[in-house]
Amino acid sequence: MAKQKDNKHHEPLFHIVKRDDMPQWQAWLIRVCTIIIGFLFVGLLSMAITEKSLGDTYEIMFSGVFGRLFEGSTTMLWKYLQEIAILLCLALALTPAFKMKFWNCGAEGQALMGGLASIFCMIQFGEKLPYPALIAVIVVTSILAGAVWGVIPAIFKALFNTNETLFTLMMNYIATQIIAYYVYIEGGGSNVINPVAYGNFPAVGNNDYFVNIVIVAAITVFMYIYLKYSKQGYEISVVGESQNTARYIGINVKKVIIRTMIISGALCGVTGMLLVAGKDHSINTSLVGGQGFTAILMSWLGQFNPFIMVVMTGIVVFLRLGVAKVADTSLLNSSFSEIIVGIVILMLVGCEFFIHYSIKFRHSKKEVKA
Amino acid sequence: MIIQFICRAILLGVPLLYGSTGEIITEKSGHLNLGIPGVMYVGAISGVVGSFLYENACGNDINNMNGFLAVIIPLLCAIAGAVVMGLIYSFLTVTLHANQNVTGLALTTLGIGLGNFLGASLINITKSELPSIALTKTSSFFSTTLPFADDLGWFGELLFSHDFLTYLAIAIALVVSFVLNRTRVGLNLRSVGENPATADAAGINVIKYRYAATCIGSAIAGLGGLQYVMSYASGVWSNNAFGDRGWMAIALVIFALWKPSMAIMGSFLFGALCNANNYIQGLGTETQELFKMLPYVVTIIVLIITSMRKKREHQPPGSLGVNYFREER
Repeated sequence: MAKQKDNKHHEPLFHIVKRDDMPQWQAWLIRVCTIIIGFLFVGLLSMAITEKSLGDTYEIMFSGVFGRLFEGSTTMLWKYLQEIAILLCLALALTPAFKMKFWNCGAEGQALMGGLASIFCMIQFGEKLPYPALIAVIVVTSILAGAVWGVIPAIFKALFNTNETLFTLMMNYIATQIIAYYVYIEGGGSNVINPVAYGNFPAVGNNDYFVNIVIVAAITVFMYIYLKYSKQGYEISVVGESQNTARYIGINVKKVIIRTMIISGALCGVTGMLLVAGKDHSINTSLVGGQGFTAILMSWLGQFNPFIMVVMTGIVVFLRLGVAKVADTSLLNSSFSEIIVGIVILMLVGCEFFIHYSIKFRHSKKEVKA
Repeated sequence: MIIQFICRAILLGVPLLYGSTGEIITEKSGHLNLGIPGVMYVGAISGVVGSFLYENACGNDINNMNGFLAVIIPLLCAIAGAVVMGLIYSFLTVTLHANQNVTGLALTTLGIGLGNFLGASLINITKSELPSIALTKTSSFFSTTLPFADDLGWFGELLFSHDFLTYLAIAIALVVSFVLNRTRVGLNLRSVGENPATADAAGINVIKYRYAATCIGSAIAGLGGLQYVMSYASGVWSNNAFGDRGWMAIALVIFALWKPSMAIMGSFLFGALCNANNYIQGLGTETQELFKMLPYVVTIIVLIITSMRKKREHQPPGSLGVNYFREER
């Protein structure tokens, strides 16, 4: 780049300096501006493709997310909250692992296994057990299933330092094939399992998703307290910063890795349970629908803070649903929203540069020296 | 039967070979590009768009089509599309110091979205009944095989019956292997990946090498996407058909211990494993689903074994996944 070439003869035009001193409000101003620019970009791009006015585009987006909210219909709002809850739950599940610098790319598989455990219990014990016992069995087995799927890579990481990114990724596909196998067996070769009537979460006041949303809200608060105020949360952040430091102050790094991945996997298993028992009452290989990967980005953009993650997932789900509606009304296909989400996330990833680094131009630097 | 199985395995393995050769170059420079699945998608769809436009320009008549153009247009489009993705990745990670894993995953989301969006748009344009675009004419140019293959019996089928993209993949892998291990450029590239600060002190332009390695790697990976559409799928694009091959290509890099020559054998083995379920007699559909997990299980076993042996020459590049910031060394 330019600054490299100029190096031999004179001072480069600009150079980049790391900084840690940016006040929080300024950092957030940059992020909010990026999101606004992102939304403007989305509007303009949709406008260019669909040939509708900018105002119309945003109106369609809004109606795609909130529906007829102002006319008193909250159906779409609850659906929106439900979508946030699922993505948020996955992001929360991944956060302790990421804070430990353990790249758990296996949320998809861990959630699938949790979902498999739920549907298995719903089908096998649905008629035999009373409702409370059935729910208890579903909760326990799906947490266990997710935890087991998460802890296998963790054990190898702890013992042999096996690459966890690829290990967890491969576990996703193994889980997918197990689901495909189970669906084939249970669906009698039809590749579809009809919705099961047993073991569904209860509807609260006509609202099927209320239980899911409350559970995820509770997990959000729990995760915030766990990471910020518990001893285990502290151990996680020390291991993430430096394993040598952790060993020096007497933390058992292997134990922390395995324990954290049990928690991470267990919460992914809970997400699978929410999807099966709380939403679909059935299962197929696209149950999680790639959200395991989006959740990784959410966890990172939320800077490991559960409450910021709520905001970030809110924005991303808004984009996904809103743009899908825009695409729908203009006979575009729904992948349009994937592109938009990808672009906005890349913009957010890029904007972190301006928070952590500052660009110093040649002139300003000379003034500082003088 | 055996010959057919091997040929099929090679056909399935070639996209993985392109992907992993590209990823090896990128990883040798110290950047872990998890965007490869997205890059391969974009490569595939760019090639499809290119050949779609060319077929339309020729009035959809195979007699009007020039064989050379029919091949070179999709090829260049695929490379161009993939390089743009590589540029986005390297701009974010090299220049803006963004987290490599996060950038790569976001790029994969974007790439798969782009592929499906453009694919579905083309399907809309053609108003076809099926959810796919058939570019069989272009594909027929791609799958032209060596003329003497049929005369040589099973030997010819095994060695000479493949399309040119297969031979190109092997050639690229061997050339990359040579460049990495036997030339100054390769030495510089490896030093950038092992220890960028030292390389920088020795006068190597770290940023230039990292940009170049990512873009060239992406271009090669993009060809893998094209090979999948044109040769394996006989020119038929349907959304999401490419599946998880991109991730398998990344896993293959570790399987091959960062050696392109090993990736050749590895990719054919993976191709065979992906295909084994169709060739084992007497499997029910449900057992086939279980057999499809074979390549992933093998990858995991390989991951574990390589991590247990801890040989020095089997380790990833020293600064893999770490961005280089000159003022921080």
